[in-house]
Amino acid sequence: MDFLCELWRFMRVRKKLWLLPIFIVFLLLGGLIIAVQGSALAPVLYTVF
Amino acid sequence: MWILGISAYYHDSAAALIQDGNIVSAAQEERFNRVKHYAGFPRQSIRFCLLEAGITLADVDSIVFYEKPLLRFERLLETYLAFAPRGWRSFLRAMPLWLKEKLFQKRLLLSELKRIAPDSELKSRLRFCEHHLSHAAAVFYSSPFDRSLILVMDGVGEWATTSVMLGDGRTIQPLKEIHFPHSLGLLYSAFTSYCGFRVNDGEYKLMGLAPYGEPRYVDLIKQQLIEIADDGSFRLDMHYFDYATGLQMTNSHFHQLFGREPRQANSEITQLDMDLAASIQQVCEEVVLKLAHALREEYQIDQLCLAGGVALNCVVNGKLLASSPSKPLWIQPAAGDAGGAIGCALAVYHLHHQQPRTVPDGDAMQGGYLGPAYSDAEILALLQTTPNIIFEPLNEQQLLQRASQALADGKVIGWFQGRMEFGPRALGARSILADARQPGMQSLINQKIKFRESFRPFAPAVLREEVSSYFALHVDSPYMLLVADLQSEQRISLSEDERSLCGFERLSVSRSTIPAVTHVDNSARIQTVNPTDNPLFYQLIKQFKQISGCGLVLNTSFNVKDEPIVCTPQDALACLAATELDEAFIGHYRVTKR
Repeated sequence: MDFLCELWRFMRVRKKLWLLPIFIVFLLLGGLIIAVQGSALAPVLYTVF
Repeated sequence: MWILGISAYYHDSAAALIQDGNIVSAAQEERFNRVKHYAGFPRQSIRFCLLEAGITLADVDSIVFYEKPLLRFERLLETYLAFAPRGWRSFLRAMPLWLKEKLFQKRLLLSELKRIAPDSELKSRLRFCEHHLSHAAAVFYSSPFDRSLILVMDGVGEWATTSVMLGDGRTIQPLKEIHFPHSLGLLYSAFTSYCGFRVNDGEYKLMGLAPYGEPRYVDLIKQQLIEIADDGSFRLDMHYFDYATGLQMTNSHFHQLFGREPRQANSEITQLDMDLAASIQQVCEEVVLKLAHALREEYQIDQLCLAGGVALNCVVNGKLLASSPSKPLWIQPAAGDAGGAIGCALAVYHLHHQQPRTVPDGDAMQGGYLGPAYSDAEILALLQTTPNIIFEPLNEQQLLQRASQALADGKVIGWFQGRMEFGPRALGARSILADARQPGMQSLINQKIKFRESFRPFAPAVLREEVSSYFALHVDSPYMLLVADLQSEQRISLSEDERSLCGFERLSVSRSTIPAVTHVDNSARIQTVNPTDNPLFYQLIKQFKQISGCGLVLNTSFNVKDEPIVCTPQDALACLAATELDEAFIGHYRVTKR
């Protein structure tokens, strides 16, 4: 949560709100990577990268 | 007020501790863990800094990281977007690392710091400072100037690759910036990589190679690769480079331009490599000199501070000084990223906490001797348990006498005394020393002690009062950051045959009275030694002069190729055992192999 608050403040100060959708996609992907670590899905996801 | 500065996660991780604006200690992590250019968290450096000051992390008022990760990520994303769809391969490779680790650097830092101080509240004390501001603060606040222009040039920080700032009292004000991907540091690194040396490591090898070549490609580089304006600002043609989004520095267009693929590290260095080194060196000099002159003119301020990796190019520094010898110039000895640890701590002290600044008398870097020292008792305990060595204790007078006599006898000695240097140079605390007058000394040390490329020159450490007798230099250069030419009376006139030699053939010619520290273009990278910063080293050279009549010695770092400079007495003994060093003087002990 801290990180999201910081990210929001950062984008506002830098006037880069247009980066928000990109950040959201990245955070979802990042979350997915962490969530599937050790599961059968991991090799599939890592192949994407 | 205690402030801890941390530089990490890119290359040359380091930590520095300041108290009330004074630097107490600083060290690079590579010296402790023996991994050259180590990029991870500088745990051991932090522990050393705290131990040296006799405090814990709980006593530290602010902990500062030397750059802003979110700003760097912003640059990364925008660059990939700007170059899309080029760079998708590098993008897919970089992103998992960012998403898993780098984007959450604050959390990473806090968890690493927690391992050092599990019970401390850290979050509210952790701060971040912009990369170029860290460099600027490191150079300005440690400079002898109350007011000065600051020029920071490196590969890249967050966005800026070149920054101009104004330091005034305790404040630093940004004036101008050139942004990524237009970077003089990365242009130099691109040539470093193309000539077969490692980026972030081989740049000084390229600089050392330059005098062997002819600057035949300067016009081509200026026509095709870089556009330089009269004020020194520049723009690169990214058509030739891959570093913005790719996995290598240069691309096929660059390779076609110079008619060859990049040199492999283990293959022979050709005339093309030498000529390219000479050419890019000249271009680099042109940019820095134009920038410096234009800035001094525009702002009507003579004082100039240099920092960032480009400021470690001591040939450029020497040319800049020679071009305007009366104008004050100060260069941060730890100009690279390691020095950012000092800079970010000083920036937070003066800018965030708004503490006043006292302009130091001389400079605030204390000769660069900011690392750990080891007592004679610690050294003796180690010597007593080390097999296959002979050691004898000496008092200070005997130490100086035996070491200076060994040098005069043509021996190569290890010199391990006092606090370790901070920054890339050995300045007489962790040094290998020899008599610079011996003609075969350069190749002997390169091949049998350092095990490194034979073309690389060595530096002289010269008594401050003697410097002008040997070199065309009339100012202090205590941090080995200035290159100057030999005085004509020290040179030996060459025969027609000797003058006609080219490339590495020129190495075989003895061209001066101090050939082991004279580069093939009759220049030398000079360290002036004064009695204040390092009295023992000064006395050693002084005593050597009494025996030999020569007021300088060859000084190179106490290590072998591809290893960090030694830190502990154990490291020094390992280096002694692994090389053909004749003897080592470790604290008040003379050590030889059995």
